[in-house]
Amino acid sequence: MTSPRPLPTRPLPTRAHEDYRYADLTALASVWPVVVEEHALQTGETGALIVAEMGAEPTARMIAITLGAGAKFDLRIITGGPAYGRIQVTVSLADDADFTLGAVQLAGGNQTLEIVTELHHQGENATSRQVVRNVAAGASSVSYLGKVCVARGADGTDAGQSVRAMLLDATAQANARPELEIYADDVKCAHGCAVGELDEGALFYLAQRGIAPAEARRLMLQAFVAEALTGAEGEEHLMALVTTRLAGLLEGAA
Amino acid sequence: MLTITNLSASVADKPILKGLSLTINAGEIHAIMGPNGAGKSTLGYTLGGRPGYEVTGGSATLNGADLLALAPHERAAAGLFLGFQYPVEIPGVSFVQFLREAANAQRRQRGEAPLSGAEFLKCAREQAALLKMDMEMLKRPVNVGFSGGEKKRAEMVQMGILNPSLAILDETDSGLDIDALRICGEGINAIMRKPDKAVLLITHYQRLLDYVKPDFVHVLAGGRIVKSGGPDLALELEEFGYEGQTV
Repeated sequence: MTSPRPLPTRPLPTRAHEDYRYADLTALASVWPVVVEEHALQTGETGALIVAEMGAEPTARMIAITLGAGAKFDLRIITGGPAYGRIQVTVSLADDADFTLGAVQLAGGNQTLEIVTELHHQGENATSRQVVRNVAAGASSVSYLGKVCVARGADGTDAGQSVRAMLLDATAQANARPELEIYADDVKCAHGCAVGELDEGALFYLAQRGIAPAEARRLMLQAFVAEALTGAEGEEHLMALVTTRLAGLLEGAA
Repeated sequence: MLTITNLSASVADKPILKGLSLTINAGEIHAIMGPNGAGKSTLGYTLGGRPGYEVTGGSATLNGADLLALAPHERAAAGLFLGFQYPVEIPGVSFVQFLREAANAQRRQRGEAPLSGAEFLKCAREQAALLKMDMEMLKRPVNVGFSGGEKKRAEMVQMGILNPSLAILDETDSGLDIDALRICGEGINAIMRKPDKAVLLITHYQRLLDYVKPDFVHVLAGGRIVKSGGPDLALELEEFGYEGQTV
């Protein structure tokens, strides 16, 4: 039986700590210690949270979500200010609970952005879906570390992780580490990750309709991140935040 | 309108077009037919400027402009429209956003004022109606979840909105049922059969030509036009095949 480890709120972690392997520790020190934000949902409750960190100050947040039987939580994350951004999320799911994460990280300059998730499927027939889309320009680094733990007896678990990264410059870096720890038998866990470049055929399609290369790239990146925001409360507003940041990244913004 | 002289092009260093010449005047509809691998699609992509399609000789002008010297988006603004055999899906970007950006990008390049939202929607509504396409479909992401026939009709709606002077339509008839074929054919006629416009249809079959009557038919084989004639040539090809042609 695994249960969520308490989030390490002090002392300041080192790189030896696996969850901090790609962290910008200097920036992290400036916001340390981090207060854990707790969201505890009782049986059948529904919750949602939108995290949009687009500011100039370094930020690190720790979000702990506990879902009672049949509870549902929808978490959307957009990070993309010029500063360090780290969002760490732990979730524990009881019977029939459902967790959705849709995350978009848009990094430029020398920025480091990271999302670290740890999901604990404790009960039967709980479902989780994580869709993460990362874009890295300049010499930035963008990471997703996602662990899914399925406890003994948590049969009927259905956990999905889809992680994709797009590198806009040869000097940018993307890391993705999906991890599964399964102690139950009847479990469906899918994960996929890919790092790619924009599709040549689609770029030509846009160009053939008269759209200049920079705009075509912006539209293709909009298409790339869209899946992470589909169905979110205020989806249009979130897409607008994303497209503004993407336009900035394509113009070389930090 | 379009003058192609001795055009040669390679894909991955393999010569595909080998000295192709073709002249299309305003007001004309031409059809190019030919066996698989003859270079039909390559001709469209090369004129459109697709990366990887390398021109190794010859020239192509559109309304006097040197097409081959322009970037792909500039060729579009100069009046060239390619109808794709396999239109690309773009999730997260609606047809409305995509087409408004495309129309205004072209207008900007030509030094024209951009269309307002209302002007654009009016134009889009008219063209969608022409192709019997529900306006709601244009609010959806580009081509995502569209059937083969819907994608081709959407291509024609795009053509209507962008209003090109020359359309090269690559196997617009493939994947269409009889009704969709008729709707697309009528759409092509309504949008493009005008004294100041021209069409080059790339097709395997006569059936599209029943709706869009060509003025000239050409056979493309081995990277060149090997035979040209009137509409009867297409019927002859249908009956005897490419092999039955004496070149």
